[in-house]
Amino acid sequence: MTLNLSDLDRPNSYIGRTVPRPNAARLVEGRGQYVDDIVLPRMVHVAFYRSPYAHARIGAIETEAAAKVPGVLRIFTGADVAAICTPWVAVLAHLKGLKSAPQHAIAVERATWVGEPVVAVVAQTRAAAEDGVAALSVRFEPLPVVADMETALAPETPLIHPELGDNLVFHRLHEKGEVDAAFASAAHVVEATFHTGRHTGVCMEPRSILASYSRPENQLTVHHSTQAPHMMQTIFAKHLDLPEGNVRVICGDVGGSYGIKVHVYPDEMAVAAIAKAMARPVKFVADRLESFASDIHARDHRIKGRMGVDGEGRIVALEIDDLTGIGPYSVYPRTSAIEGNQVVNLCGGPYDFQTYRAQTTVVLQNKTPTCQYRAVGHPIATAVTEGLVDLAAEAAGLDPAEIRRRNLVADDAYPYTSAANMRFEGLSHHASLEKLLKLMDYDALRAEQATLRKQGIHRGIGLASFIELTNPSPFMYGIGGARISAQDGCTVRMDPDGSVVALSGVTEQGQGTDTILAQVVAEGVGVPIDRVRVITGDTQVTPYGGGTWASRGAGIGGEAALQAGLALRESILTIAAAMLQAEAGSLDVVAGEIVDKATGQARMPLAELGRIVYFRGDTLPKGLPRELVATRHFITSDYPFAFTNGAQASLVEVDVETGFVRLLKHWCVEDCGRIINPQLVDEQIRGGIVQGIGGALYEHCLYSEDGQLMTANMADYLVPMAAEMPDMVIGHVETPTRESLLGAKGAGEAGTAGAPAAIMNAINDALKPFSTRVAAMPFTPERILAALGTVPARRL
Amino acid sequence: MTTAFSESVGIALRVNGEPVSARVEARRHLIDFLRLDLGLTGAHAGCEHGVCGACTVQVDGLIVRGCLMLAVQADGCDVWTIEGQSDTGAIRDLQDAFIARNALQCGFCTPGMLAACADLLAHDPAPSRAVIREHISGNYCRCTGYEAIVDAVEQVAARRGASPRAAE
Repeated sequence: MTLNLSDLDRPNSYIGRTVPRPNAARLVEGRGQYVDDIVLPRMVHVAFYRSPYAHARIGAIETEAAAKVPGVLRIFTGADVAAICTPWVAVLAHLKGLKSAPQHAIAVERATWVGEPVVAVVAQTRAAAEDGVAALSVRFEPLPVVADMETALAPETPLIHPELGDNLVFHRLHEKGEVDAAFASAAHVVEATFHTGRHTGVCMEPRSILASYSRPENQLTVHHSTQAPHMMQTIFAKHLDLPEGNVRVICGDVGGSYGIKVHVYPDEMAVAAIAKAMARPVKFVADRLESFASDIHARDHRIKGRMGVDGEGRIVALEIDDLTGIGPYSVYPRTSAIEGNQVVNLCGGPYDFQTYRAQTTVVLQNKTPTCQYRAVGHPIATAVTEGLVDLAAEAAGLDPAEIRRRNLVADDAYPYTSAANMRFEGLSHHASLEKLLKLMDYDALRAEQATLRKQGIHRGIGLASFIELTNPSPFMYGIGGARISAQDGCTVRMDPDGSVVALSGVTEQGQGTDTILAQVVAEGVGVPIDRVRVITGDTQVTPYGGGTWASRGAGIGGEAALQAGLALRESILTIAAAMLQAEAGSLDVVAGEIVDKATGQARMPLAELGRIVYFRGDTLPKGLPRELVATRHFITSDYPFAFTNGAQASLVEVDVETGFVRLLKHWCVEDCGRIINPQLVDEQIRGGIVQGIGGALYEHCLYSEDGQLMTANMADYLVPMAAEMPDMVIGHVETPTRESLLGAKGAGEAGTAGAPAAIMNAINDALKPFSTRVAAMPFTPERILAALGTVPARRL
Repeated sequence: MTTAFSESVGIALRVNGEPVSARVEARRHLIDFLRLDLGLTGAHAGCEHGVCGACTVQVDGLIVRGCLMLAVQADGCDVWTIEGQSDTGAIRDLQDAFIARNALQCGFCTPGMLAACADLLAHDPAPSRAVIREHISGNYCRCTGYEAIVDAVEQVAARRGASPRAAE
């Protein structure tokens, strides 16, 4: 069985077509079911008393007044929960030297960031639980705070976890080639120090969990707003001392995730522990203030970069020194070292050079823990690389487009191993760049820019080539000892009426996973898409899998679904052949009918086949295999990741009087391999770009020197809103991966990966007449005015 | 905490065309009343400080933030949520356009976003893209990047203009 996926007119074709999302009809009517919409009998609510100090010893906890608040049922301290839930240490064996301290669901003895849970109050309603929290009295003894990552390793800086010996979590030095010699021989060496602002995901649906425990069955059932239900099943079982099979994690509608909901959160573990202790359903939905202080943060990096180019502007060497602060703990189970590690892996990625030195230093701080958020490390690596490439272009007297043409890895060079030892399968940097330049009419924009500049209008054009890491293999987590599945499975079943149910281990958080799985299964089996029902997000029902992260839904989950669909089609044809006294090979399934393959003539509807198999199986030959169900699993095997690539461009106007940046237009050309649903891919890219824009211009978790989060609500923490966002032009190059029949790579990180770099380069292009530049995100009006010398520069 | 705050108050109002009477805590927000007491979970509590717009519902013809209005303030009012608007078909064309244009991803902001978009079209039948963007700037969407939403509203405006009978 082969699929000629390039022919869109093939019969029963859905792969490659825009079809509407079946779940959208429900969501636009407000009939979604998010965790907070679920009400169970005898359900109680939890509210947390959270540390008001960034670092403090926890003294006496006075609970008497709180216990008397009407509606309050129980109060749990750290020690109470520790008796039910074991602590965890988030390390991975393959990240050598990575260390962290044991972390408890509720702080025991010491609080290490503002927002860490200290006490849990359980009550009949959330309001009563909050009343209980307000009536608590906790004595704290403040401890010295480690806030600045630049001095976290200084000898005079106090240790956050004295038992670790220092505040260093992880250090990696990667070296390839004769770096110093290459720099010495370079015609031009450019350097800069970049900062990326600490920011967070701001999912519209806050983190939510509803855990219930049945004592007679020793069964924990958790409705959870998560991206990785099977991973959470494993973790609940491990830390609450339950057999893994006795834990069921259900995730229905999830109101945004972006990587934020793929981690283990102490408060959520506490809720599951409390459910076990109280043997009744316990709900916790973070409020927005809790979200800002307790959702993981990301991208708090300072990166020094240096690039050497020869007389023709060809890159001869790259050096990167990355420093990142991750809060007081490495986040379980993915660890907080992955982001810095990705910066080392991805810097310089699109370019053809082999002389590279990079290090990442990961340190502790008394701030909210950081971990993986959409496009982990990508926007950092891309901004640094593309910022240096633009500087090099200027030094070499080249146009930014031209220096990229001279240095991008050739489209026929694959497989290609980068200076960071990343093995790329088949990327299309040149084709993507050329398509981008054509889409945006680069030359015309440059001419317009020159004209406007004479009128005092300062527009800038920024380019950024990028690579995106998707479809991870076990090399991402599994080899490090984490029970995070890199494979995924799909079970496809035909019911008596000829309809098909597909059960998949990947999950839906709005990307349209359910839709693309339906498309793939409809085509794989040979039925109309409205006869396919997709079920995801229930560990008791679906095959074990990794869930949705690193854009693996289409590439991993989709291939498993395709293979399962094709296997079911084979089973159907075997049965049909027996019934129709034909060769299986002479038949096909098209649009829900068994047809003669050669003529396309209809022979029998699937509903008739279903009727015979399920109700009149006696009429079929003895011993005929009659399983109308097939399961297939898929894992990538030839490459550790499916790398994708693309190029973005941004057109901005900088108001040099006010420092405001106006986004005029944004372009992205991306190569995510086989496109299953063009509209969904485009919208993943658009949404990703806007999250990238947030990091570039608005979003910043700001802390005071004593570790207080100063941007702790939506009024203080800015995210992109509709009025400031540009229209975005999306284009594609399609280089399917050969790892799978489907050929799909991921598309979810691309927009976020490249947008900040393109915007930074555009701003600096606009600022060129003033011989100044910015390199610290977010590029606020103040920072731009500081660069222009209009206002004094503040310490970062 | 004090007794005064936990006092309950009797209210009578219409919600989605149906009469409702209830005793509510004086401190109960309208969004919590709709979600927790009436089971109308379509509108969402996204920030509870009036910024994100996910809780937007219609009260006496005006769109309001369900997290900034107390349930007792809705006494005697006519309240419409996404469930009621869906059942009457009042914004069917807008909902269809959202589906066709994929103007939603996770769907959490969507009921509030639809309320804002419907309100705009009720007052300005032919808004420009800039006006649409401006009008929905009180509603967060973290998934779509907004462009698809702007496209959907633009399409509906054009279609309603082409066929005046379809206009609400």
